[in-house]
Amino acid sequence: MQADLTVILPEIVLSFYALAALLGAAYTGQDRMAGMLVWLTAGLMTALALWIGTTGEGTRTAFDGMFNDDGFARFAKVTILLSAAAVLVMGQEYMARRDLLRFEYPLLIALSAVGMMMMVSAGDLMALYMGLELQSLALYVVASLRRDSVKSTEAGLKYFVLGALSSGLLLYGASLTYGYAGTTLFSGIIEAADGRAPLGLLIGLVFVLAGLAFKVSAVPFHMWTPDVYEGAPTPITAFFATAPKVAAMGLFARVVHDAYGGIVTDWQQVIAVLSLLSMFLGAIAAIGQTDIKRLMAYSSIAHMGYALMGLASGTVFGVQAMLIYMAIYVTMNVGTFAFILSMERDNRPVTDIMSLNMYSRAHPGRALAMLILLFSLAGVPPLLGFFGKLYVLRAAYEGGLAWLAVAGVIASVIGAFYYLRIVYYMYFGEEREPLETGRSPVQWGFLMASAAIMLLGIINMFGVEGMAQAAAATLVN
Amino acid sequence: MDNLLSITTFIPAIAAAILAIFLRGEDETAQRNAKWVALIATSLTFLVSLFILWDFNPKDTGFQFVEERDWLLGLQYKVGVDGISVLFVMLTTFIMPLTIAASWNVTVRVKEYMIAFLILETLMIGVFVALDLVLFYLFFEAGLIPMFLIIGIWGGKARIYASFKFFLYTFLGSVLMLVAMVAMFAEAGTTDIPTLMRHEFGSETFSLLGIQIVGGMQTLMFIAFFASFAVKMPMWPVHTWLPDAHVQAPTAGSVVLAAILLKMGGYGFLRFSLPMFPVGADVLTPLVLWMSAIAIVYTSLVALAQEDMKKLIAYSSVAHMGYVTMGIFAANQQGIDGAIFQMLSHGFISGALFLCVGVIYDRMHTREIDAYGGLVNRMPAYALIFMLFTMANVGLPGTSGFVGEFLTLMGVFQVNTWVAVVATTGVILSAAYALWLYRRVVMGDLIKESLKSITDMTQREKAIFAPLVAMTLLLGVYPSLVTDIIGPSVEALIANYDTALAEAATASKFAAASQ
Repeated sequence: MQADLTVILPEIVLSFYALAALLGAAYTGQDRMAGMLVWLTAGLMTALALWIGTTGEGTRTAFDGMFNDDGFARFAKVTILLSAAAVLVMGQEYMARRDLLRFEYPLLIALSAVGMMMMVSAGDLMALYMGLELQSLALYVVASLRRDSVKSTEAGLKYFVLGALSSGLLLYGASLTYGYAGTTLFSGIIEAADGRAPLGLLIGLVFVLAGLAFKVSAVPFHMWTPDVYEGAPTPITAFFATAPKVAAMGLFARVVHDAYGGIVTDWQQVIAVLSLLSMFLGAIAAIGQTDIKRLMAYSSIAHMGYALMGLASGTVFGVQAMLIYMAIYVTMNVGTFAFILSMERDNRPVTDIMSLNMYSRAHPGRALAMLILLFSLAGVPPLLGFFGKLYVLRAAYEGGLAWLAVAGVIASVIGAFYYLRIVYYMYFGEEREPLETGRSPVQWGFLMASAAIMLLGIINMFGVEGMAQAAAATLVN
Repeated sequence: MDNLLSITTFIPAIAAAILAIFLRGEDETAQRNAKWVALIATSLTFLVSLFILWDFNPKDTGFQFVEERDWLLGLQYKVGVDGISVLFVMLTTFIMPLTIAASWNVTVRVKEYMIAFLILETLMIGVFVALDLVLFYLFFEAGLIPMFLIIGIWGGKARIYASFKFFLYTFLGSVLMLVAMVAMFAEAGTTDIPTLMRHEFGSETFSLLGIQIVGGMQTLMFIAFFASFAVKMPMWPVHTWLPDAHVQAPTAGSVVLAAILLKMGGYGFLRFSLPMFPVGADVLTPLVLWMSAIAIVYTSLVALAQEDMKKLIAYSSVAHMGYVTMGIFAANQQGIDGAIFQMLSHGFISGALFLCVGVIYDRMHTREIDAYGGLVNRMPAYALIFMLFTMANVGLPGTSGFVGEFLTLMGVFQVNTWVAVVATTGVILSAAYALWLYRRVVMGDLIKESLKSITDMTQREKAIFAPLVAMTLLLGVYPSLVTDIIGPSVEALIANYDTALAEAATASKFAAASQ
């Protein structure tokens, strides 16, 4: 028992912190404590990420295999915690100025982070569901944090209803799997489905995959994404675009390899189709968008398609490619959202792309950073986004999915158009009302750091490649 | 100095970084500083690259000045030059200081302009020296970003359309090449270009979606690379982005585009398509030869009908690139020698022609042919220089244009007489459109009121043209300067190509016999 608890110590620390801070803030300062809590939560998350990243080694399991602590989980947890901390810090000023900074906000984010850590460590369908729901419930609430805004509450409600549906699908699949495999433990399922799986188990697999696809917002389970991205306050949108995506992708990889690793060919086709549809829908539907948050929603759908392409290969290299892709994706999104957070005019947030007209004139430095990020998002070399694509393309080719690789690059050309369109407004447009973006040095810092990583990361990727390789090796047997 | 190539490649990028970080403001001093920094950096690059040419040993057909370092994903940072690439590096470093000097009149966002051109130079040199597939792709594609901005920010009226078309067109061509590169990486296990040149990719016929693919993998990969290089070249019928891009780009942008960027396609054919996929190349050679012949005749006819000077020269570029592809796929010594020669000489001539347009565009702000006439009366020096390059463009003996056309035609004549016959009509057509353009712009009486006060070329403009004039004449009367350097490497390339084809032929004969 004690051994089990040491394995889940980071999760315990974070949840105890969240509960204690909740009580403390409720009895003392309430919302006046919020600013401090944001920094405290972010600091704790960073500390935990460093702790997990530096001390963890080997593979440990807890609670009879329901919880895994391996290289894969640690890689995902570090990414999740760091991106969550970054998003918390850079959104603080935005929330404070718009009276949205309630003390529950950082604590809900912390709780959802606990759920995400649970997800990527899950070794059992029940543990999986627990992590998933803890994460989702916290997110439903923060999506409608702006209680007096119709759009925000609508976003929360929509997310909740559709999320409940997906949970239902997932549970249905889990129960079918349990029925045919006789166990909810991944290690048991993989024995039951070794090489050939009974039909019921396959149907279960499909339902589980559908539930997970909803969480990563892969087409055709993506409908909620643009509305929730647009409706939620921008810091929340930034959060949706980063940490939960990593967690859901990590869970996706964990389930298909740990539980269904014996029937790779069966789920490979499903994921390949999800990937294909996501890449194309994300690329095509974004073309008509004028709201940058909606555009980023479709962009993230397309990016999930590429990450799924790595996963679809069903190899160790595929998982490595997916992890690297997600790490790069998160970094790009943190930078891009740091910029979107800073966009405002007369103290009101602006999300219209047209407002960027000739932005490069007034703020050449920020415009250049955005230019780098946009080309990186489009996957144009020499930026890091290109290397993410290169990894997944190679994984897909080696996994026998050359057709998917060809489709992926064609979708990336279509997708390049809308990133170029933003560049067009920033650099070639006509001068109109100026846009103010200079308020927060924190946002400036994240934007610049993210752009610098996209440019300098091509030298050695800061060692992420090796870490991802080690992480992938522990997941796939 | 064992990292001479890296130094040459990255001097402009470092200068660009210095400009970006240290130069502030938009006033006149800042503008002048930006121009001088760019001019000094590009000139320094040229001087350093002279050391490469000096130390280069033409007898050695392998790669020289090689540098190697490990990189991500099992890739390498590996650069080096052989007889085929060294002169393209020289062409780039030679042209760039001239384009910077030609941009002395730019007043809008000068700092960004210079940064874009400096970054572009690094990327262009990188393309010619890269000896790793992905490194090559990196430089090849990254060049789109500065060019997109150059056309979009400093271009003409329809610049938005032209810049998007340029970017998306070439991007689509290149991503297919990326998939083929990934496939090569997976098949051969390496991205090292010299190793891949010796690797034999599968050439057994197989069927895909019910279509028999002769030449198998090699043909598919050849097509993927072809998609990229043919767009870049550009070959008919995927040339339509070029006239738009040329017309809208600022003068210096047009010069770089015509003189250097177009050569990347031809260089790619020589570096990848012929040595790596000989069977695939052999299968598709007739198609490429006929496409080149059509390009020469068709775009020459289109050029005749143009009313915009830049568009006319752009179409003439497409026609001249037709000779290049024709020469390359003739796959014999004269053909490939001629193709490389033609690319270098076209670099000087087309660059100079776009500069000629720039000279009068700076004065009159129009490129309409009809707006001019009788310039010789007020601009004798200009008339002389323009005539020299018009003649070079036509391929008059004594200019470098003649040597390239003659060699490629001779090469292709041995392989496919009919293609040579059709292509030769292009020589006549090029005389027609080039001389007609010259007559309409320069000759006759000066009757247009607006032209009455036009001034002749300044000392700065003359200084820019002097090196180009010298090179065009020098290579025209003494072509061995070039052919001595490229000859041995081309010979080795052709020997390998023929051996690979012979081996593939025997292998398929054995396969047929054993069935």
